[in-house]
Amino acid sequence: MKPLIRNALAFAAMASVMAGGALAQSAVEGAIKARKAHMQLQAFNLGPLGAMAKGEMPYDAAQASAAAGNLAALVSMNMGRYFPEGSAQGQAEGTRALPAIWENGEDVMAKVAALNEAVTALNATAGTDLASLQGAMGAVGEACGACHKAYRAPE
Amino acid sequence: MRRLFALAVALVVAGGGTGWLLTAPKRLPEAALAGLEGDAGRGERIFLAGGCASCHDAEGAEGEARLVLSGGRRFPSDFGTFLAPNISPHPEAGIGAWSFADFANAVMRGVSPEGQHYYPAFPYTAYARAEPQDIADLWAFLLTLPPDATPSQAHEVGFPFSIRRSVGGWKLLFFATDWAVAEVPTPEAERGRYLAEALGHCGECHTPRGALGQLELSRWLAGAPNPTGRGTIPNLTPAKLEWSQSDIAGYLKTGFTPDFDTAGGHMAEVVQNLSQLPDEDRAAIAAYLKAVPPAN
Repeated sequence: MKPLIRNALAFAAMASVMAGGALAQSAVEGAIKARKAHMQLQAFNLGPLGAMAKGEMPYDAAQASAAAGNLAALVSMNMGRYFPEGSAQGQAEGTRALPAIWENGEDVMAKVAALNEAVTALNATAGTDLASLQGAMGAVGEACGACHKAYRAPE
Repeated sequence: MRRLFALAVALVVAGGGTGWLLTAPKRLPEAALAGLEGDAGRGERIFLAGGCASCHDAEGAEGEARLVLSGGRRFPSDFGTFLAPNISPHPEAGIGAWSFADFANAVMRGVSPEGQHYYPAFPYTAYARAEPQDIADLWAFLLTLPPDATPSQAHEVGFPFSIRRSVGGWKLLFFATDWAVAEVPTPEAERGRYLAEALGHCGECHTPRGALGQLELSRWLAGAPNPTGRGTIPNLTPAKLEWSQSDIAGYLKTGFTPDFDTAGGHMAEVVQNLSQLPDEDRAAIAAYLKAVPPAN
């Protein structure tokens, strides 16, 4: 092979690896952004529910139902693409997601299922009355916390 | 730090007989325990507030398994790694063969039934402020839990900390039963102080430590590095914690911060315990935290 062609091929190979790397990196960044945004949406919808439960805001059945309904929709979404390989803390910037997430898929799914169950229960009763809402919030907090405790690094 | 400690040990040895006497384990006066009858029903509340399961259950235990106090969790520190012992009511592997006096002296004075000092990784420095009646109730409750035959494991502590008698010197310097926050404004905050300082032992993680591992009382609850080496444990004084009383009480019930983030790490387990207490107890802890002197 002529040196010129060899060099050109090597360059092309190198360029494609670099482009691939850049693409993978932006995919990872996008996924981290997306999963954080998803958490943000969940937190936003928990806002009125928590404020009512704590007595900081008068109970309003319609608002409670709306927020709980949004939350139920959010937790039922498939989050698979939020966690691509290479997006753990230590592999990518700006994330506290622990590598254990990728090692314990079954347990992660069990915790997601528990969250779905808790939010389904909340959604079923949030619009009934304040006591029902308060009663259902604890399990939701516990389900959120169970995953954060096991799979998120401390700040 | 190791050198300082060796010096302290050397001083004790040089002190000879006096040092030996001063570092001897001190048990509770018998009168403090006389006539106490424990109530297991009331003891559950003490058990939850005291967070016993968060150290003494098996790592990763969930649900009912958190009541099996088989021990084995590891607690790294500057002085070595401490392994939580089995405190289930098993007669050989656990503490089922103990008397109530044995238990009270362990919990409130850090003295084993054999008359040995416990390392202060076991927060008896906090429990020392508890009401003996509460400890009697706790003992009654612990005896109702499932026995487990898992043997306790030895702590991984090197010289000179491996000399148990040296803990006597440490106690001489740092063991005290007065409140960290001397003045609180209301009976509610006073109840909160009891829950936070005596039972909940919040200061063990949230207060920075000095060279000998003692809590720096002038910076009570001002936050500290995480002994696991990852991250920091937050400042709970009004200098940093700006949550309202209902925010704090709500957090201790559901684990949700005012922004709807959640408690992580060891605090998630604390919330798991405290969420089972009556509302007034969480409100009391919140009232106390509002009354803690601001510190950075």
